[in-house]
Amino acid sequence: MTDHGCNNETSSGVTRRTVLGVSAGVTAASLVPLRLDAQEQVPVPGPENGPTTHISFQVNGERVTIDVDGRASLLDLLRERLALTGTKKGCDHGQCGACTVHLDGRPVSSCLTMAAKVDGRQVTTIEGLARGDELHPMQQAFIDNDALQCGYCTPGQIMSAVACVTQGQATDPGAIREFMSGNICRCGAYVGILAAIAQAAETMEG
Amino acid sequence: MRGLNYTFAETADAAVTQFAEAGGSARYIAGGTNIYDLMKLGIERPAHLIDVSRIEGLDAIETDGDVLRFGGRALMADVARAPVVRDEYPVLAESLLKAASQQLRNMATVGGNLLQRTRCMYFRNGAGSSTTVGVYLCNKREPGSGCAALGGLDRTQAVLGTSEACTAVAPGDWPVALAAMDATIEVFGPEGTRNIPIADFYLLPGDTPHREFNINPGELVTAITVRKTPAGRTSTYHKIRDRESYAFALASAAVAVEMDGDAVRTARIALGGVATTPWRASAAERVVVGSSLTPELALEAGHAAFTEARPGQHNAFKVELGARVIADALIIAAQRRV
Repeated sequence: MTDHGCNNETSSGVTRRTVLGVSAGVTAASLVPLRLDAQEQVPVPGPENGPTTHISFQVNGERVTIDVDGRASLLDLLRERLALTGTKKGCDHGQCGACTVHLDGRPVSSCLTMAAKVDGRQVTTIEGLARGDELHPMQQAFIDNDALQCGYCTPGQIMSAVACVTQGQATDPGAIREFMSGNICRCGAYVGILAAIAQAAETMEG
Repeated sequence: MRGLNYTFAETADAAVTQFAEAGGSARYIAGGTNIYDLMKLGIERPAHLIDVSRIEGLDAIETDGDVLRFGGRALMADVARAPVVRDEYPVLAESLLKAASQQLRNMATVGGNLLQRTRCMYFRNGAGSSTTVGVYLCNKREPGSGCAALGGLDRTQAVLGTSEACTAVAPGDWPVALAAMDATIEVFGPEGTRNIPIADFYLLPGDTPHREFNINPGELVTAITVRKTPAGRTSTYHKIRDRESYAFALASAAVAVEMDGDAVRTARIALGGVATTPWRASAAERVVVGSSLTPELALEAGHAAFTEARPGQHNAFKVELGARVIADALIIAAQRRV
């Protein structure tokens, strides 16, 4: 079985994320941190105004050392300090699944994971799945099956979907639906999501 | 949310010491799925969080000997898939797997889950957080302020164990299964270790609904123990929700029976989603013990559990739903005998 569960290699050159970051930076240069060199995670100096905790962890295979506000969530750390905006904030209360990332290989809701908790641990986000220009089979399956409409929940859906397959839970439609029930899709793309996971379950095992 | 100190405790002793040193406004945090949510709602306002999720050995799942012992910081996902739990105590495994989502079960601990606070929307909304809606009175949140749920939108409120001060439902599934299995809660604090039968762990709201648990400041849930019983195999956790998965119970029942042919020798029945605490339904147990289990008797047992029910305006359906959940759970459990 090929291991597509967690890819720690980083891409080089221009990525979709870089392009989006640059175009956003034109209008909000001081707010949007540019991440031109994907080999190195450069934390943005934070507007932290509470007591901080010094933590060191890996995100998508890159080491990050940073002082985080004691109140901060992993979600805000990823988005606001590390410019990893692929992970989405939906409800911010653990009810929608849009913020799902992998912590030590297991899906968690990053909005309810306090940032200080990831000290010494490994985080994988949607940005960490592809190998260079080669999409993860689950990402490709979502495209192939029209498994999204607006796309906002998609990064969280894909992170859960990868775990659904790697944990052996993609055995039948009922099991997939149960495993994926923590990821809400407001557009109602569930039929496509189910089909995508069923497809990827075969290619990931191939 | 105000700024806070975040520290890790490496041992239970260190956690208790840190708690004492921090003074009144410290809280323990394990998975954080409930307390962090409540901090965002403005309900919990700790100045110091003591992270107990790295305490050595506190995540142990021990299944040898006469008791099952679950360390307080063992993850819900890990306890649910422990082979003995999965194969011999379906009521425990199902109560965990039908709770929350796979993401949250990878974060939340079985000790922390005992202390999960109500989902009453009047409790959750109105503490002044920018993300909440409206301002509502709540005796649980602000003792003596009043209860907006009385005469309000009470569809999801409790029908058993309520008081004039509070009708909020105990939200958990795992505590309901533990109530049926007569679990014991082990806590460790400044005065040492206490072992508390789960029947004494949850407090009825009465006129002090802000007091929910028999646990003192600085005490930490270190373990949960369940005495082994053959009734574990013949058990189920039956949960009815507004949607099929990832929702809190409208009504649920934890049932474990020992059968002698078609006759019920022993029965353990507890209810969730309908009461202010995890609710042992002794009256229902008495109906079935010593008799042949038929669908009619099972439903009679279900109704017996609700003779004291006091529904409000919109939640009277929980009386009949709850009775039928017990009835169905009894049949499901009895069919699991080997």
